[in-house]
Amino acid sequence: MLELQDLCFQVSDDADKQKEIIRDVNLTFQDHAFIAITGPNGGGKSTLAKLIMGIEQPTSGRIVYNGTDITKMNITERAKLGISFAFQQPVRFKGIKVRDLIRLAAGTDIPFSSICDYLSRVGLCARDYVNRDVDASLSGGELKRIEIATIIARGTPLSVFDEPEAGIDLWSFSNLIQVFEKMHRESDRSLIIISHQERILNIADEIVVLSGGNVQARGRRKDILPELLEGTQSCKFYAAAQP
Amino acid sequence: MDQIQKNLLEQVAGLHEMPAGAYNIRANGQSVNRSTTANIDIVSKEDGSGIDIRIRSGTRKESVHIPVVLSQSGLTELVSNDFYVGDDCDVTIVAGCGIHNSGDSDSRHDGVHSFYIGKNSHVKYVEKHYGSGDGKGGRIMNPETLVELGENSFLEMETVQIRGVDSTRRTTSARLANGARLVVTEKLMTHGSQTAETSFHVDLDGADSSANIISRSVARDDSRQIFYSKINGKNRCKGHSECDGIIMDRAKISAIPEITADHLDAELIHEAAIGKIAGDQIIKLMTLGLSETEAEAQIVNGFLK
Repeated sequence: MLELQDLCFQVSDDADKQKEIIRDVNLTFQDHAFIAITGPNGGGKSTLAKLIMGIEQPTSGRIVYNGTDITKMNITERAKLGISFAFQQPVRFKGIKVRDLIRLAAGTDIPFSSICDYLSRVGLCARDYVNRDVDASLSGGELKRIEIATIIARGTPLSVFDEPEAGIDLWSFSNLIQVFEKMHRESDRSLIIISHQERILNIADEIVVLSGGNVQARGRRKDILPELLEGTQSCKFYAAAQP
Repeated sequence: MDQIQKNLLEQVAGLHEMPAGAYNIRANGQSVNRSTTANIDIVSKEDGSGIDIRIRSGTRKESVHIPVVLSQSGLTELVSNDFYVGDDCDVTIVAGCGIHNSGDSDSRHDGVHSFYIGKNSHVKYVEKHYGSGDGKGGRIMNPETLVELGENSFLEMETVQIRGVDSTRRTTSARLANGARLVVTEKLMTHGSQTAETSFHVDLDGADSSANIISRSVARDDSRQIFYSKINGKNRCKGHSECDGIIMDRAKISAIPEITADHLDAELIHEAAIGKIAGDQIIKLMTLGLSETEAEAQIVNGFLK
């Protein structure tokens, strides 16, 4: 179980004025949950994901994971506790091969066949990719799929995906939906997915709407999604964020 | 050879025992072992300054190893080795120098390797440099490579210097005939207060000749590196140089590329990028469970692989 308690995150802008990106967020995510976090651009979604992984440190508040206060823990410690994070813009490395990255993610020297399995789960033909560098020679969509393969390889109880659909073409997108459904169906992992995509929101159990740095709504998909789909103009969640 | 020399040999040439094919092993200023084949001859120069390696036209799938090891502190040597490669060859040449210095005087090896490569030949040339020993004396290596590349020939050159060499000045000059191709991959890491200077001068004289110089380097601690590359396009040709450097700690790297097009159809590009390890690379590996130090090591190892 992951609990965010009174979580706040501020940054100072150019004029040294404090800007609140996340304010007083209180959320509890039960185990085996599939939660989509959505909301307008600039609403604080990616920041919230980074706070969970420890990439950003909150200004105040607590993050508790399975009863342990992890607020002060660094990224590595959280990763070892069983949290994974898929980047919105995956990182490129000169000289690190796809197979190296997947082995690092798995944490052991897994056999070649397992690497192939992970790659084929995200729709990549392993033979064409295992020996390629994770560098600028890969397209944005290919990188994104490899990023997701590293999360599958980690197999942690909690995985956070920051806009997995960004940069993925339509054909891959259908695959992506299946990947998440499979991860959710076949294992008891929890998934937290930051997304704007209706098709992703449509497979989540619960939806959280984050706007202006705090939670505007949270509930079962069937209760939240129709409201969201009515359009941003009339949507009470989005409207609430307007000054 | 003693154990120290054997260790050096393993580091610079990957050799546990005498290699197959032709070889000449030089230890502390003297040739200690030599073997030739029907197609590859090795003879000492009359003035004792080095060796001539002659590879007969049509020699294919053969190799030559000519490693040098120095374990005697204070030894300084200048060696000139000339390679004459005929036409239509396909050969691998492995050179390299290892210095173990546990004394207080500088040990230094200056090697000049000249390649005269005929037509339609493919030569892979691998050169590794390595230093060990905890003496105060410096371990100094100044390799110079001169290449005359004949029509439609291809030289692949790989140089690696990862550990223990205190000071190095590496110079490579090449002149390419019609259709000739040169690819150089340099991997360099300096640490402590080491200095390394590497300099390339390539003349693309022939039509449709091409050169690709790729240098990847890591400078740690207080070390200093300078990278020079000059490519002159004097015909219809393609030239590309790339210097990619990672700086750590208080190190310093300079990259000074120069390209000159002296023909309307010369296409020349240079790229140089120097910076610390990207923060998001470290973060990504930390999200996979690596510590910051492990992530850094993984990135550096990959970069220099």
